[in-house]
Formats: sequence, structure tokens, C-alpha cells
Amino acid sequence: MGKILAVTIILIAILSAVPIVMHTWVAPADVSVHGHLIDEQMAETMAEAGIAFLAGQILLGLFIWKFSDVKPGARIKNFPGGAMGLVIGAFLLVGTEVLALGVFGVKAWSEVYFQPPAANAMPIQVQAGQFAFYFRYPGPDGKFGPIHPELINEGTQNLFGLDQDHDPASKDDIVTAEMAIPVNHEVHLLMHTKDLGHSFYVPALRVQQDFVPGLDVTLHFTATKVGKYEIVCTQLCGLGHYNMKAYLDVMSQGDFDSWLKQQAANQ
Amino acid sequence: MKSLYKSAAILAVLVVVALGLLSTGVHVNAAAEGRVTGTIKLDGTAPHMRPIDMSKDPTCAKQHPTPARLENVVVGPSGGLANVVVYISQGLPASAAAVVPSKPIVWDQKGCMYQPHVAGMDVGQQLQVVNSDPTTHNIHPLPQMGGGNIGWNKSQPQGSPPFKTSWKSEEVAIPVKCNIHPWMHGYMVVVKGPYGVSDSSGSFTLDNVPPGTYTLTAWHETYGTQTQKVTVAAGKPATVSFTFKAK
Repeated sequence: MGKILAVTIILIAILSAVPIVMHTWVAPADVSVHGHLIDEQMAETMAEAGIAFLAGQILLGLFIWKFSDVKPGARIKNFPGGAMGLVIGAFLLVGTEVLALGVFGVKAWSEVYFQPPAANAMPIQVQAGQFAFYFRYPGPDGKFGPIHPELINEGTQNLFGLDQDHDPASKDDIVTAEMAIPVNHEVHLLMHTKDLGHSFYVPALRVQQDFVPGLDVTLHFTATKVGKYEIVCTQLCGLGHYNMKAYLDVMSQGDFDSWLKQQAANQ
Repeated sequence: MKSLYKSAAILAVLVVVALGLLSTGVHVNAAAEGRVTGTIKLDGTAPHMRPIDMSKDPTCAKQHPTPARLENVVVGPSGGLANVVVYISQGLPASAAAVVPSKPIVWDQKGCMYQPHVAGMDVGQQLQVVNSDPTTHNIHPLPQMGGGNIGWNKSQPQGSPPFKTSWKSEEVAIPVKCNIHPWMHGYMVVVKGPYGVSDSSGSFTLDNVPPGTYTLTAWHETYGTQTQKVTVAAGKPATVSFTFKAK
């Protein structure tokens, strides 16, 4: 009986590693400047954790195979150094692994979070709310008008609570339901949520950032390939969560300029 | 034997209830006599109605070759103001107020817009919510908290059958929204007794108004309410017109 369990454990471990080693399920092609760093980090983490997982499971299987026939109560062997040695050994092994991942991961992390956006990065505001994303471009004056939460009204589509009669900076602001950006131009995303926690996830961009109620979160990235990509919410935010999405349209600079002009005319 | 008595008793109760309902029905028809018609105009220029960006749901956007616009103020070519609900706010005898039209109100979701944008309905009148779109909607009316009506929020996937409901008490007006498509917005105006909703030429009709003197109220989502006195004589339609001033 013990031997069957040992074989089963080893088989499950190996079979579950097959699709990962064979790259059966791959992420969508990366279309961002920083994305390869994230991908490399993910691959390293997967390799390190995968090897540790396989080694652990196979070892477990081997021990069961070897000692399953031992009579109850019989003493097998002590780990050299006793329990204390075992704990210190495990602590060092796991600690080194976690530390190594962190040290190697800093580069990817800092690229996204520690470096400020370039001075010419294009600011776009994104507002999350149950269950849609809306985007705001500052218009020709380059300034976002102030937000008055009490003026937010979905019925009149004043989604950001702008007072265009009194705030001059709001007059030329452009509010859209789709996020268009020029290709190969850095974007500085200013994120806030209207209600509760949401997340901004663009798999193709390797960008995933939570919205935190009460906080203005920022993010910057550069898209490198023209195309239409999905933006989805990845924080369970209510009944309509499954339908909370928008589209990211990466365009050539010329297409983007005419798109923005069209949107400005629609305000 | 005992169960036989029981079913006989239940049957008897049902017959009495049915007869009771029938007799109110007869009473209802007797009250239906006069009628109020009229037009509603907007004085001034209507505000600009923004086109709606439906890119979030391509199945919605596809249905509008030219983008749909907001419907907060809809003015017809002749200056008539649409989506105004006219109802009797004072003077209606209780018997006439108790009349509930048997025809259901259909609240359709088509092209990811509410059709109609504003619906009038009687307390207790059947409301049928229909989804004609190839996408999921959720219908979320928001009645006043603590009032006689209780809000609800229901999903209606594409192809699902209409669902039937009604409102328990008067309320002018209950905003309705769709949480999946934030541009979808409309109003249900729940009143007692006859009501009319103006069309794009601004005309409205209140049927089955018994003779008498009443206060009429006209409600518009952007321009608020106006009231007017009207006297209805038997067999002679009374005419009333309202003019709202553009802000």
C-alpha cells in the first residue's frame, strides 16, 4: 500500500510539471519595454520553485517507498544534528532561495516602480468604478481639472465629476471609455478608484496594478507594438466584476492624434 | 373525507376572491370617461447631448453606426419636449386612483440603451423587463431609501426571457441604471391613476379621467416639475400645455 502511494506522489509531481516544462500555456506576446524583465523573473521563479517542488515530492516518495514497511513504533534514524539541525538547515535553504529571488527581482521591480517616468511621458488618468474603467486626457493645456466627487453623475455621463463651467483646466479635458496610446511613447498612468479596490491588468503589457481606495497610484510603461489589447479588473469587486474591462488601443502617433481629436469633438 | 372538505373550502375562497376581482373590474370601466391631452414645449435651445462611448462592449457599439447620444433632454423638430411624465397629483377620487391598467409596461434594453428612456407606470401595473441585446445587462432601479419601494438588482443574460415585476408605491422618479454599461440610465415614474408620457413631438394623453377638477404635474428629469389646474368635463377632452425653460 505504501509503495503505491509513493509511486502516485511521484507521478502526480512529474505530470503536473510537464505542461510547465513543455510551455503548453504561454502568456500573450509581450508588447512592452519592461515586459522581458518580468518574463525572465517569472521564468526564474518558476524554475527555482519547480525544482524545489519536484525534489521535495520525489524525496517524499522515496522515503515512503523505503520506510513504509517499518513496523509501527520502530525507530528509523535521526537527522544528523537532531531537530534543531533540521530546522536551521531548512531555514537556510528556504531563506537563501527567497532572498535570491528578491535580489534578482529588484531589477524588474525598480524598472517599473523606482524609476520616475520620463519628462515627456504622456499623462493619462484612469478611474476605476463598479464596473468600468474610464480615462481622462488633459487636453491641449496639459492640465487635469479638479475632481468634484459630488458632481459625479452617470446619468449625464459626468464620470469624473468635472465642473467645466467653473474650472478652466477642465474645459478641454477629454474623457473616454477606451484607452488609446501612441506606440513607443511612454505613458504615465495616474490611477484612482471611485468606490472600492480594483485592479488594472493588461497581460500583453505585463502590467498589473491595484487601485486602492483613497490613494493616487501611478504607473508608467511604454507599448512597443500597435494593436488592440484587453484591460481587465483582477480584484473581485462585485457582481459585475467579470464584465469590468476596457480596451487598450496602441496606435501610431498619427492615428493617435486623429483619434484624440475625434474624442475631443465628442465631448 | 376530511381532505374533500378542505379542498371544497379552498375552492369556495378562490371563487369569492375571483368574484371580488371581477366586481372591481366592472367598477373601473364605469369611471373611464374624460381625457386630457396636450403638448410640452421647451423654451430656448436644448443643451448639447454628448455621444456615448460604448467601446467597453463591442456588441453595443456595433449596433450604432453613428454613436447614440445621451437622452437627458430630447427635443423634437417642432420644439416638443419628450420624456415628460404628466400625472394627476391632486383631486383624483380614490376609486379612479385605484384603477390599474391591465396592459403591461415594457422596459426594453436595446442597443445598450433603455427603451423607453422614461416610462410612466401605475402602482401595481405589470412591468416587463426585456433584454433584446446580444449581451448581458443588469437592471438596477434605485428607489428612495425608506420609501415604499424596495430596490433590486438583477442580471439578464442575452436570450433570457423577460421578467415581470411591479412597484408597490408612488415614486417620482426611480432612477434605473445598468452596472455593466454605465451610460445606461433611465427613469421609472410610478404614480396612481391616469398618466401620460410625452413623445418626441411633445404630445401626451391621459385617458380614463373622470370629470372633475385636478392638479396636473409634469415631471422632467432635467427641468424638474410644473403643475397646472385642469377641469375635465364628461365626453370632452381637456387640453393643457406646459412650457419648460431651458437653463
